[in-house]
This record gives sequence, structure tokens and C-alpha cells, in this order.
Amino acid sequence: MAFDPDNYGLRLFVRYLVLCLIALIFIFPLVFMINSSFKPDNQLLADTSSLRAFLPVGDISLDNYFGAFRRAPVALFVLNSVLVTGATVLLSLLICSLAAFSFAFLRWKGRDVVLSIVIATLIIPFETIAIPLLLLVSKLPWIGLEGLQWGWLNTYRVQIIPWIADGLTIFLFVQYFKGLPGELIEAGRVEGASWWQVYYRIVMPLSGPVLATAAILKFLVMYNQYLWPLIVVQQENYRPIMVGLGYFFQLNVAWGEVMAYLTLITVPVLIFYLFLQRAFIASIASTGVKG
Amino acid sequence: MAEVSLKGIKKSYGRVDVIKGVDIHINDGEFVVFVGPSGCGKSTLLRMIAGLEEMTEGILEIGGRVVNELQPKERGVAMVFQSYAIFPHMTVRENIAFGLTIAGASKQEKEQKVAEAARILQMEHLLDRRPSQLSGGQRQRVAIGRAITRKPAVFLFDEPLSNLDAALRMDMRMEIGRLRRQLGTTMIYVTHDQVEAMTLADRIVVLKDGQVMQIGAPMELYHEPANRFVAGFLGAPSMNFLTVDVLDLDGEAATVGNRALEPIRVATRRRPFRKDGKAILGIRPQHLRAVQSGKGMLHGVVAHAERLGSETVVDLTLRDDRELIAAFNEDKIFQPGDALELAFDTALAHLFPEEG
Repeated sequence: MAFDPDNYGLRLFVRYLVLCLIALIFIFPLVFMINSSFKPDNQLLADTSSLRAFLPVGDISLDNYFGAFRRAPVALFVLNSVLVTGATVLLSLLICSLAAFSFAFLRWKGRDVVLSIVIATLIIPFETIAIPLLLLVSKLPWIGLEGLQWGWLNTYRVQIIPWIADGLTIFLFVQYFKGLPGELIEAGRVEGASWWQVYYRIVMPLSGPVLATAAILKFLVMYNQYLWPLIVVQQENYRPIMVGLGYFFQLNVAWGEVMAYLTLITVPVLIFYLFLQRAFIASIASTGVKG
Repeated sequence: MAEVSLKGIKKSYGRVDVIKGVDIHINDGEFVVFVGPSGCGKSTLLRMIAGLEEMTEGILEIGGRVVNELQPKERGVAMVFQSYAIFPHMTVRENIAFGLTIAGASKQEKEQKVAEAARILQMEHLLDRRPSQLSGGQRQRVAIGRAITRKPAVFLFDEPLSNLDAALRMDMRMEIGRLRRQLGTTMIYVTHDQVEAMTLADRIVVLKDGQVMQIGAPMELYHEPANRFVAGFLGAPSMNFLTVDVLDLDGEAATVGNRALEPIRVATRRRPFRKDGKAILGIRPQHLRAVQSGKGMLHGVVAHAERLGSETVVDLTLRDDRELIAAFNEDKIFQPGDALELAFDTALAHLFPEEG
């Protein structure tokens, strides 16, 4: 078939045009948020009626950021969120991958039934179990540096532990593990590896893509936590960023400061996502089992 | 090194019996090949020896020790898989040393044994590469290297050459033969390729539908097949089977013939036949020779001929419209439609009862 370069060029142009339009639609809110965070409230509101809303023009300053820091302990909230999110993501990858390993490779009675139940938990909305879970964690014991305590409210652990294991992450790992060549696992077994060694010497090093995916999903869930910390944390010390947003809607709403606060909490997520997306692609490329 | 003994081994998946009672004794240092068509249970049998599949019934001994309940690592076996199963995230060196790493061997010991394996398999220059940078043959060599470093009592090969192209397969086959002479370890090898079976084995175990059809040395199986299945499975092109009438029976021999075959006397080899009944006559294509008109035992017409240089394979249609393959070990020209008369040494023919 004859190759028509003009036609090809046109097709390419249209394709990129469409992609650019879609990208713009997704980028507009972010651009608006970041630009507005540098503008005083009256200008911000006036600009919304024109394209100036998306441009860093007029009275530009960092005043909103200073204002945001004055109004709320932003650094503390970010630290809390990073701590809770980081710990949950790491523990989740470990615990869920171990559970999935058992579902995918070990043979035990009732395995498939248990896996079905785990997957079935995906359809239960969190809101339906929030109150029973609150009642439960409010009475759970904990042995810490101060000895035995009852109740987990107003702690980091109450924000971390209930979120470590979840059906979706386990399911993701199970599906990925089942896709690994079975002979690799068997070769490991014949070569003398225990199940534990198969897990950390063979399976986990080959699980880059699913680790990246699970980490991104868990990160987003944890970083955006609102309802759960709102009901289990009453003290400012343990409050995460999303609950912290409430500080800006008391009495008079300062939209510039809201935008500054949102920029502060969104940009790290974007950087984290871009960073993991690279790792994601790289790990897919490195696990080419068949060459 | 060790003997391997399978006693009354059975395997069922639910109600489906995959292995239906297998008894095989493999001597110390012997090279035994399990051969059979797809689904005959040969790989399952090997995986049960490795400990990767549980047995439903029977006793498995390795080195005189019952290993039924032992984990793969406790059985002293090493296995080479069809897909090579080398770890993609490790270098060749790390792959070969994997078993030693797991066993907690010292760095020095690992280096020494990896170097030795690399020398035996001629792949010293590949040690720092990743599997993705290797060809199929090199990958299989890494898999074999990983198996030999631990000095196992028994080597298990599960169709190790199936993924290689024809030329490489022959090279690797010879390499496995050489390795076997060098190591002298008991080896069990699964294949569906009869050439591999014939060239590598001390003894061949022919399996069909989870049952042993015959065990014996390659030439024994080739010349004295116990049944029609074994006769048809070994040898290429495969043995011709003609349905014939039993015209007469006397002691050790039967006189058989049909519309295309002049009456001949063939040894019955103590198989049961009935006078005036039917029987199956087996003739290897290589045992047929073209003769002058009027002197042939079989009469047919050439349907198709393949010239291979050293051999000519002819597809004939016999007088009774059945097909027959003849292989002449010389380059001959045949045209479709040529009438051809064939003769063969009746001592090399086999007679099987009609039901198998």
C-alpha cells in the first residue's frame, strides 16, 4: 500500500491536537489553583470571569502562603499525613503481598473461599463500617511505652492499622502473582528455597509493576483521608491535611489562602506520582521474563 | 548419585486418573528417558519425583530413602525446566549460584563452583550478563549450570530442548550426552521427541495414558516393541500397520496376507492370534525395498515422493487402497503414478493382535 506522508502528517497533527485539548482540560484546575494562590482575594474573584484566572498576572505575592501558615499548623498537618501515608503504604505492601502470596502459591484448605470473601469486601463502602469500626478502635488495647492502654483514638496507629490490609491491594497482588511463570517458583523450590525465600528472593524482585501500582493507589487513598481521621482524631497533634482544610472555612473564607494550602498539599502528590510512574514503566520493562 | 524407585505410583485429579500405577526402577548413574505423546503423564511423573506434585498412591524412593513426604529441597534432586525458569532479575552468576546462596555457602565456595559449572558448560564469558541478554541455548545452559552446582543425586529434565530450534537442539542434545558422561549422575529426562529418547537414553520408558507401555534399551524397543503403540511411537517415519488376514497358524509363526500382500510367514512372538481372524502387520519403512516386477510381496502405486538427499521417502497407495510409507536409503526419482513392487525381510516384520 502506498504511504502518503501528507496524510500521515495530518493524522499525527489531529492526534496531538486532541491529546493537547484533553491535557488542557485536566491541567486547567491545577493552573487555576496555583495561579490563584499568589493573588489577593479581590483580584482572584474578579479574575474568575476572564482567562486571567489562569495567568500569573496582577498583584502577585506569597502573602497567601504566609497567611495559610498563620491560620493553620500546615507543617504539622503535612508531617502527620506523610507519616500516616508512608507507614500505611509500606506496611500495606508487605502485609498484602504476603497474604496474596499465600493465596497464589500455597495450598491450604478453604483458600479459595477466603479469597472470595476478601475480594467481596471491595463492594462494602467504608461509610457503612465507619461507626462499627470507630466503636471497635475506641475500645482496643495497646501496649506502648506507657504500658497498657485502652482505646486507640487520637493516635497515629488508629489512622494506620485499619487501612493496611484491603481487598483491592490483595487482589492486585494475587492477580499479578498468578501471572508470574509458575516454573520460576518451582525452580526456586527445587533449588532449596523455603516459601519465605521464594517470596523475597524471587517473587518480590519480580513484582515491581504491582508494587508501584499498589503503592500509588494506597498513597492516594491515604493522602486523601478525610472521614476516618475526622471521627477518630480530635486533637490537632495527629490531624492530617485534609481535615486541616476545615481551618480555612471557619468564619471568613480566604480563598487565596485556601488555594495556597491546596497547592501546598497537592504539589507533593503530583511529584510523588510522576516519580512512581517512571518507576512503574521501568519495572514493567525489567520484568520481561521471555525475551 | 542414587537409585530411584517408583512403586505403584498413582495420581488422580478428582476422578480423573492421570497416572494409573507405575513401577519403574532406575539404577544408580543410569540415564532414563520418559517418552510418550502429550498428556501421557510423563511430566506429571517427573514432577512427582521432584516433589512438585503430590502422589495419590504409591511409594517413591530416592537413594533407598522413601521421599513421599519430603519437600523438593530435601530430595536431593535438581531440575531443568522446558521454559528454562532462570530468574530474570539475577545475573547468570547469581542464577547459577542460587542453590548455593540458599544453602548459605561461603562466597569462596560459590565462586569456585560457579567457575567450575561455567567451565563445564563453556559459558565463562556470560557470567555477568542478565538472562534477557542471552539466546535460548545460552539460557538453557544457565539452567543446567544452576542444576549441576549443587551436585544433586538425581537430575530431572523436563523437555529441556523443546523451546530450541532444530540445529541448537542437536547441539544441546550432544552437550547433555557429554555432561552425562562427565558427571555420571542418575538422570531422568522427559521428552516427546523420540530422537532425543533414542540417542540419550540407557533405557527408555514409553508411557501412554498414565501407564508404562514398555521399558528397555532404545534398540530393544526399536527392534522388539512389546505392542503396537511402542512400535508406532519409535522410529521415523513411523512403522506401517497393515490389517491382514491370518491364513494359517503353526506354532511360532502365522501365515498372513491380504489383497495387496502376498501370503508371508511372520513370527507370532507368543502373541495370541486366531486362524481366519484379522491381525496387524507392522513393517518399518526402512525395511522395505523396491524390487523388479513380479518379485514383490506388496503392490502399490506412488502417490507422493520426498527426496531428502540421503534418503527417499515414498508414499504409496496399495492395491487395497491403503497407504504405505517406504524409506529407501538412497536418492531415487519416483513419479506419482509409478507402479512399484516392494519386498521386505519377514524376520523384521511384527505381527500384533488386532485390538492392540
